[in-house]
Amino acid sequence: MDDVLLDVRGVTLQYKTQEHLVTATFRVDFQVHRSDRFVLLGPSGCGKSTLLKAVGWYLRPVEGEIRLKGRVVDRAGPDRVMVFQEFDQLLPWKTVKENVVFALKASRRLAGREAVDRAMHYIEKVNLTSFADSYPHTLSGGMKQRVAIARGMAMEPDILLMDEPFAALDALTRRKMQDELLQLWEGTRFTVLFVTHSIPEAVTIGNRILLLSPHPGQVKAELNSNGQDEPDPTTGKTLSRRIHEMLFEDEVEEAIGG
Amino acid sequence: MALERNEFIRRSVVGKATGVVQKPLGAWERLYGQAWARKLFLLVLLGIVWEAYGLYLGNELLFPTFGATMKALWDAVASGEMASRMAVSLKVLLIGYSIGVALAALLATTAITTRIGTDLLETLTSMFNPLPAIALLPLALIWFGLGTGSIVFVLVHSVLWAVALATHSGFLSVSNTLRMVGRNYGLTGFRYVAKILIPAAFPSILAGLKIGWAFAWRTLIAAELVFGVSSGSGGLGWFIYENKNELEIPSVFAGLLAVIAIGFVIENVVFATLEKATVRKWGMQH
Ligand SMILES: Nc1ncnc2c1ncn2[C@@H]1O[C@H](COP(=O)(O)OP(=O)(O)OP(=O)(O)O)[C@@H](O)[C@H]1O
Ligand SMILES: [Mg+2]
Repeated sequence: MDDVLLDVRGVTLQYKTQEHLVTATFRVDFQVHRSDRFVLLGPSGCGKSTLLKAVGWYLRPVEGEIRLKGRVVDRAGPDRVMVFQEFDQLLPWKTVKENVVFALKASRRLAGREAVDRAMHYIEKVNLTSFADSYPHTLSGGMKQRVAIARGMAMEPDILLMDEPFAALDALTRRKMQDELLQLWEGTRFTVLFVTHSIPEAVTIGNRILLLSPHPGQVKAELNSNGQDEPDPTTGKTLSRRIHEMLFEDEVEEAIGG
Repeated sequence: MALERNEFIRRSVVGKATGVVQKPLGAWERLYGQAWARKLFLLVLLGIVWEAYGLYLGNELLFPTFGATMKALWDAVASGEMASRMAVSLKVLLIGYSIGVALAALLATTAITTRIGTDLLETLTSMFNPLPAIALLPLALIWFGLGTGSIVFVLVHSVLWAVALATHSGFLSVSNTLRMVGRNYGLTGFRYVAKILIPAAFPSILAGLKIGWAFAWRTLIAAELVFGVSSGSGGLGWFIYENKNELEIPSVFAGLLAVIAIGFVIENVVFATLEKATVRKWGMQH
């Protein structure tokens, strides 16, 4: 069990609003191993983002605990870097290069020349070398997300947390970005926890998929994926078909149960 | 019955064949596109109207002509008096403005980091913001006597609340994503304010600085009009007041023009440059 990098145990997450106490997830367990491309998949509102925020410690669990490399997580920190869905996650007052350097310096990972070299290395990995001195507002949505990914990867965190980073992109760009992410992963085999509500994306990106039930999110299944989505020889069903049926089953139950 | 239509695939034209993709505009078009050129034109027009009305009225004591005003202005500039008056005013202004902005930064920072700080800012600004700075002048005179101290006091008052309020609301409107990004990279406390909140809120901070400047400049001139008296070397306000007493009305107009000119330069040169170098360059404001 040495291989377990992130250990989430019995985590219940709640939001307190003015009038309500909303339970977003209920006693969720999962283990992410080193070099996993671990996907959290579930319908909208099932608490995927909330789970990711809890791992990043922007939100505290009311029950259960989260361990990273065996140590209980108790603060936000640069060992878990978050890539958000929003395009405004880049600092608009810094260029592409400065954005990446900023992350390295602010977190005191690297300084001076080394920070710049590391930044340029990862900017090259996402094919944005010629835009290194551009300001974010001059980039397209997909380019901004690539910068955010470069910034996250440059930190070389224990785990990269990605919350639907491609959701706001058009289908074509999205496919390209998925392929690019996989190529990047082949290069360094970083560990990534990836949130999506798209079944094809989960199957393409993930090697392990955690299926969450609708609100409040509970673990429904954990499946392996080889990225191929070929029909299973015994059942004749593809992985995405199986996932689809499992998610659909909920809706039917909900409809019947009222 | 549907019409049969052929499918086709085209190659896109490249190179010169597409005609004009990008071409420079003509000189006039470019000049007219510049805001300063259009404004200069309007200024010239105003000058002409002024001169005409002055000549028509023919009463130096009520409304001197543009020419007479320019001559008075030139005399004041040539004798070096104008420069020294401006220097006095600007120095006091700069002192008051800097103290006001520094205090505003302090207040807004406490407000964003602690809840009691928020309450403090809200209470103080709602009390003092509606109070015209000049209304505090009598009190200031008792506390600091005749002189620079009193003017600086009212200047600080005129700057502080507007800038603090704008900065605070700027901080509050910084997106949640950027906040989380800052915390993700380990920024807390003062570093977080300096590296995330201030630049992210810069459009509203800049707006606050502009409003603060405008308040301060008006307050300064008004305060000087009331009592540049004591100190031998008064500022622009005192220049105006003095010349009115001596019925040098063209000089009064010249003084007013100087007040306008400084306001104009600061707004259209200093702040415009600052804006161009920051929020516009960053695409945070258009
Ligand atoms: N700031 C908040 N305050 C109160 N309730 C919230 C807040 N954020 C989320 N919730 C609630 O928590 C639940 C889970 O939300 P979450 O954003 O984690 O869903 P999600 O799985 O990421 O959905 P999506 O796929 O649409 O992004 C939802 O029911 C939502 O209403
Ligand atoms: Mg979400």
